Amino acid sequence: MKPFSYERAKSPAQAASSAARVSGAKFIAGGTNLLDLMKLQIETPSHLIDVNGLQLDKIEATPEGGLRIGALVRNTDLAADPRVRRDYGLLARALLAGASGQLRNQATTAGNLLQRTRCPYFYDTNQPCNKRQPGSGCAALGGFNRPHAILGASDACIATHPSDMAVAMRALDATVETINPDGAVRSIPIAQFHRLPGDTPHIETVLQPGELITAVTLPRPLGGTQVYRKVRDRASYAFALISVAAIVQRDGSGRVALGGVAHKPWRVEAAEALLPRGAKAATEQLVAGARPTPQNAFKLPLVERTLASVLAEAKG
Amino acid sequence: MQRDAYLGISRLGISRLGISRRALVIASAASVAATAARIEAFGQSAAPAGSAPQAPSIAKVSFTVNGTARQLELDTRTTLLDALREHLHLPGTKKGCDQGQCGACTVIVGGRRVASCLTLAVMHEGHAITTIEGLGTPESLHPMQAAFVKHDGYQCGYCTPGQICAAVAVLDEIKAGVPSHVTADLTTQPTATAAELRERMSGNICRCGAYSNIVDAISEVAGRQA
Repeated sequence: MKPFSYERAKSPAQAASSAARVSGAKFIAGGTNLLDLMKLQIETPSHLIDVNGLQLDKIEATPEGGLRIGALVRNTDLAADPRVRRDYGLLARALLAGASGQLRNQATTAGNLLQRTRCPYFYDTNQPCNKRQPGSGCAALGGFNRPHAILGASDACIATHPSDMAVAMRALDATVETINPDGAVRSIPIAQFHRLPGDTPHIETVLQPGELITAVTLPRPLGGTQVYRKVRDRASYAFALISVAAIVQRDGSGRVALGGVAHKPWRVEAAEALLPRGAKAATEQLVAGARPTPQNAFKLPLVERTLASVLAEAKG
Repeated sequence: MQRDAYLGISRLGISRLGISRRALVIASAASVAATAARIEAFGQSAAPAGSAPQAPSIAKVSFTVNGTARQLELDTRTTLLDALREHLHLPGTKKGCDQGQCGACTVIVGGRRVASCLTLAVMHEGHAITTIEGLGTPESLHPMQAAFVKHDGYQCGYCTPGQICAAVAVLDEIKAGVPSHVTADLTTQPTATAAELRERMSGNICRCGAYSNIVDAISEVAGRQA
């Protein structure tokens, strides 16, 4: 790890202004991803702003009938909250499908959204990676790319976003609340929060320098049957090959988002109109324009079959 | 040079040099650190002018470990794991992968199991930390320690402190109603079935493969608690 100075932030506004003032500063909350990357010197902050004391760890009802989840709510606490378990089962299931008990106890809601790809070439500092070192190339394109993206990727980057939670948040149409270094606050729909790689894969979200996530809000509950199905190489503690987050209503209408297929949670609203016609029709729209590699072309039929299984489960 | 030093010690014998095995290990670690420092210095000399390397930063932190108040002044880079092992000399907590994947470093912070390798010591101001040394003693084992012994829940023992700390916290999580990936109904109270224990313990790897005995040990304690 490179040396860094350290401060405990006193308020969200102070944390954001500190981050803008000190070059090379980063926020740290759970630290489960950032510290791992710092040990490998993939992340080399010169200053860490510890936001754990900011009391952004409450889950509150909103006037609209939804929930406002503080940025520092731990993954365990979010998954265990009785309101989340009752009304947003999709979110609880996605959280519980991710990482291990130890990591869920540390990892936060905001940090989960900001975690970085597990592309092995991003992690290997001997390899070119446009995300780690812009302009150096992408070793995954011609390398081991079985777990990589099939949708929305570019010639610069075929990494996936590793979060399960974010896929559920996308299906639920969550909103990310932030505070800027100048004290201004804004709300970012989750659909616009993560970016596709394009030719700047090192820029992963629309957050501005110093901008701090303070909460994630969920709209009022959608009801229906909520299923998060994660397909992975082992039954526990592994990242998704693909995942399907679905909310299915009695009349067969619903919502669906995919994980493990793109640089962000993947949702195509037009495909959802086809859900009553079954998995094949919906999948065709959902994965339209897919550009798989020979190693990960299996993800296309896997999406269709998993969606079919999820729809069957939802019908009961 | 290191080879010569090693041969010299071999020829003389460690006891004749009057140093303990632990002192030798520490001396070796120091020579590794010195080598690392040279590599670092070399890397820095190749860096472009004007980007002077940042000096290590020291910060204070106070927390309790196994009920005892501790105050430390640490390089900010020190993980909780290294603070426990290297600064507080509590080597029960083990360093396995040092990247949060194996669970050997599991300790209990504020009643919750965490990977001590993936958190900085300075982030734990005011926290109450329990390590394997704080659960029980050889004369008075914690029930989970006794159950691991009884059921042969280990072979080499390296993962065992992490397994036991995790297991103690897992039963508390179940009692508190925290659901897991295999909990069939999210709105009901989970129970300590073998399937639940296997899923909840997936963050602790045992290279010797003592898993079935570990599940037996935890099940027995869960049954006793119920």
